[in-house]
Amino acid sequence: MATPLPTPGVGPGAGEACASCALAPDAARLARLGLDPGRYSYVVALAGNPNTGKSTVFNALTGLRQHVGNWAGKTVARAEGGFSYGGVGYRIVDLPGTYSLLSTSADEDVARDVLLFGRPDVTVVVVDATRLERNLPLVLQVRQITGRVVVALNLVDEARRHGITVDVRHLTRELGVPVVATAARRGEGLSDLLAAIEQVATADDPPAPLRLTHHDPELERAVSALAQQVAARFPSLPNTRWVALRLLEGDPGIEAAVRDGTLGDLAAPTTDTAAEAAG
Amino acid sequence: MVMTLDELPRGDRAVVTGLEIRGGARRRLMDLGLLPGAAVHAELTSPLGDPTAYEVRGALVVLRRDQARAVHVEAHPDDEDR
Ligand SMILES: Nc1nc2c(ncn2[C@@H]2O[C@H](COP(=O)(O)OP(=O)(O)OP(=O)(O)O)[C@@H](O)[C@H]2O)c(=O)[nH]1
Ligand SMILES: [Mg+2]
Repeated sequence: MATPLPTPGVGPGAGEACASCALAPDAARLARLGLDPGRYSYVVALAGNPNTGKSTVFNALTGLRQHVGNWAGKTVARAEGGFSYGGVGYRIVDLPGTYSLLSTSADEDVARDVLLFGRPDVTVVVVDATRLERNLPLVLQVRQITGRVVVALNLVDEARRHGITVDVRHLTRELGVPVVATAARRGEGLSDLLAAIEQVATADDPPAPLRLTHHDPELERAVSALAQQVAARFPSLPNTRWVALRLLEGDPGIEAAVRDGTLGDLAAPTTDTAAEAAG
Repeated sequence: MVMTLDELPRGDRAVVTGLEIRGGARRRLMDLGLLPGAAVHAELTSPLGDPTAYEVRGALVVLRRDQARAVHVEAHPDDEDR
């Protein structure tokens, strides 16, 4: 049920649905839609290392109550919900925490499959501002797959307590995608996060995936040759070099996806098909 | 002192100097943050001595002994003479 919030935090249904998470950001434009997104135009995936606040963001935006707690590995399967923002419907998928898209445990496979083959329109990578060094590798891996990324620099309240400040503008420039500082548990920064999600979802011309570079001519020859073959077989695939490198590494998941053709799902999404899927 | 991570006594600290393993297993260790230069701290050992939990870059990472054996480390100077 759609419950538009008249005032932050005091909407009857939605306020109750998430008593513990802080208020609705930008109440005028956000409606939490709980489990049922109805018709939606865009799919948003929430990715990130374990315990960075993905489910907290999910709950704040949907009004649902995914399990939240201060240890890693709480979310073990995908959970879905919906919200509307500025009158447009979004389906949002909460994922288990993952350190990597390259090597995975069973929980991480769930996240990887959604990110690689689920064709999200926007991937929000939720990172822990107090542990950036550990969190950035996944951001880079996601950026190598797609330019439709928003980084939620979460737990900035914790970072502040530890005397850590992060240069958000610099990080935005280096990553080439919006970085938004948030403290999801208090609702801080969520209206900026929604604005960034909307911007990336509706961008006609998103940034290109980050190009992998290396300095080994022999490897470069192999990657280029293989990338051309991948491009011939999957013409709409945006990141053939990434796929080629995975194949050279012997990544079993990618090998299987090439063989059974699901690799084509990696191709840029079209909102039409997302809307169809909803109907 | 140079050793492999499985030899690091519980409670001690060290710095990763290299990984002696190839393929997917190497990738996994790197993805868990065990890159040369990373500081590790042996935190908890399970009752049977395997696996062991290490603190690496602000997160607890659990490794089996065969994984830890592939990680070359240099013990933290303060922990050497224990
Ligand atoms: N101080 C602070 N705590 C937060 C913030 N966001 C989330 N938390 C807390 O961080 C812990 C982890 O939050 P979750 O939302 O469960 O994290 P997750 O990323 O879904 O975790 P997994 O599903 O286990 O990967 C919980 O105790 C939250 O209450 C924040 O912005 N500031
Ligand atoms: Mg979670």
